[in-house]
Amino acid sequence: MDRFSWSNGLLEINETLVIQQRGVRLYDGDDKAKLDVGVALLSTHRLIWRDVKNHECCIAMPLSQILLFEEQAAGIGKSAKIVIHLQATPANKEPGPYQHSKYSFIKLSFKEHGQIEFYRRLTEEMTRKRWENTPASQPIPIGTGSQAGRTRAVGIVGIERKIEEKRKETDKNISEAFEDLSKLMVKAKEMVELSRSIANKIKDKQFGLRSYLLSMGIADPVTRETHGSGTHYHMQLAKQLDDMLQAPLEERGGMMALTEVYCLVNRARGMELLSPEDLVNACKMFESLKLPLRLRVFDSGVMVVQLQSHSEEEMIASALDNVSDKGSLTAEEFAKLLGLSVLLSKERLLLAEKMGHLCRDDSVEGLRFYPNLF
Amino acid sequence: MHRRGVGAGAIAKKKLAEARYKERGNVLAEDQIVQMSKQLETFKSNLEEFASKHKQEIRKNSQFRVQFQEMCATIGVDPLASGKGFWSEMLGVGDFYYELGVQIIEVCLALKHRNGGLITLDELHQRVLKGRGKYAQDVSQDDLMRAIKKLKVMGSGFGMIPVGGSYLVQSVPAELNMDHTVVLQLAEKKGFVTVSEIKDSLKWEKERACHVLDHLLKEGLAWLDSQAAEEAQYWLPALFSELTSRDVTPEEANQMTP
Repeated sequence: MDRFSWSNGLLEINETLVIQQRGVRLYDGDDKAKLDVGVALLSTHRLIWRDVKNHECCIAMPLSQILLFEEQAAGIGKSAKIVIHLQATPANKEPGPYQHSKYSFIKLSFKEHGQIEFYRRLTEEMTRKRWENTPASQPIPIGTGSQAGRTRAVGIVGIERKIEEKRKETDKNISEAFEDLSKLMVKAKEMVELSRSIANKIKDKQFGLRSYLLSMGIADPVTRETHGSGTHYHMQLAKQLDDMLQAPLEERGGMMALTEVYCLVNRARGMELLSPEDLVNACKMFESLKLPLRLRVFDSGVMVVQLQSHSEEEMIASALDNVSDKGSLTAEEFAKLLGLSVLLSKERLLLAEKMGHLCRDDSVEGLRFYPNLF
Repeated sequence: MHRRGVGAGAIAKKKLAEARYKERGNVLAEDQIVQMSKQLETFKSNLEEFASKHKQEIRKNSQFRVQFQEMCATIGVDPLASGKGFWSEMLGVGDFYYELGVQIIEVCLALKHRNGGLITLDELHQRVLKGRGKYAQDVSQDDLMRAIKKLKVMGSGFGMIPVGGSYLVQSVPAELNMDHTVVLQLAEKKGFVTVSEIKDSLKWEKERACHVLDHLLKEGLAWLDSQAAEEAQYWLPALFSELTSRDVTPEEANQMTP
């Protein structure tokens, strides 16, 4: 930790921010640093850390100080970390939070995740070494002197060997996994080719083949718009949705965006979640199963589930009433009035406009609808 | 878990064995059905074996997830197509991405009033991580992007716009064409853009620049600062970063301006 210097946290002219991550605690070697949890920032030139509560407390270190770094996986009760091994302190280093440290490495502990991306970006920056091309206006202290060089050589060998061994071990595990994955994929490919050749011959909907294709994750070449994928699974789902959505739909004026339904249903399930496609395919079956719900697609592409009882005329008539009542309405105002989402209230107004009952006033202040007196 | 997998496969297999495919003279031969059933069974047990050894790897290792997804794409398989798929059920990839989808939708919805439905991938990543809590699995930006691709199916207006080396994630069906995208990319460096900058960098006529900026204003994606020193600045809230802005509490806001 004695490699860090106090900093004002402002970027230099040629320096760019690469990534930042909250919830990072610093370690001086294996010991927790005498700092709280803060924000770690990686720029093209430096590693910066700032206390979350006290923005004045900000420290930085040039990336050129970094010798090696490695990931340390999370464990039970332990957050994922990045261990960074450092070069010797340069003579012209500015003062920082630690005068002296017995360790030549620090750790970043990611208490709120983000370790994967931070590590990836750090790897990228350390490979590109952009600080060498565009030196920041402040001189970046570099480790010099034969003294520093010699200490480096002795210290490194042991560390490098340890890291290499660990990498080999990890690589072996991952290689095995990848090898198994490759073998699996070869078999899967055979299945796909076989099913494709068969599916091409079959034009009619056959539940058996459909289920099989679905299980394998193969796009069904004979999907029909009206019936979706038409499997038993989706039929069951459609019925479940009917039960589940009656009350929420009533509460929301008879209409819900499909994304809303997706969140509602999956939050309720907790596990064995629906894929977006499952949801769409199930909704497409409402009509053929004679359920009182409908999937509807607006011109904008927005998809909603609506109660069949909510006829279009009713919606348009009520929209016209509301607008006439208030003189004019924007989508936001309409949404507030009805307790609908802004997205859906906008669709209703657009629909009423399409049918000729409303006309618009489109300006930078927003889109406002008036009764159509023409 | 094991039983569920067997159930789904058994039903599919049964249906295959029972089905007689007849369509304008194309009859699927009995032995073809048998062959397919056999291969299906073999494949399922291979998948089960793979899952028992490496399921954890997929959950923990984002690189592995990327490899897995890419391999599936190469052979023409979408492991995320259905929660009922083998991949989903046995490897648990489905729940991972579908739950992420829910979290992405919720973050975008919560911030829409502020940024009009446009957010940087970085900010989305940060906020999703925060929402997931300490004990949840870490997610990479690649994971987010795959989850977003799936969300498109629901007509929610989800899309990704390449900007400055990363992406802006759009979560509303606002129509953004090439002109709008190019202006967003121009604004990325400073978080705002002016008509002059557009004219200089893109060599556009003033009308074209104004037309695009007006559209962004209308959609709530840009805010106008007409009191800026030299000329009006069009700011994009989606591009506000931690370094140039900080969320203000109501108490702080009260203390700030007279």
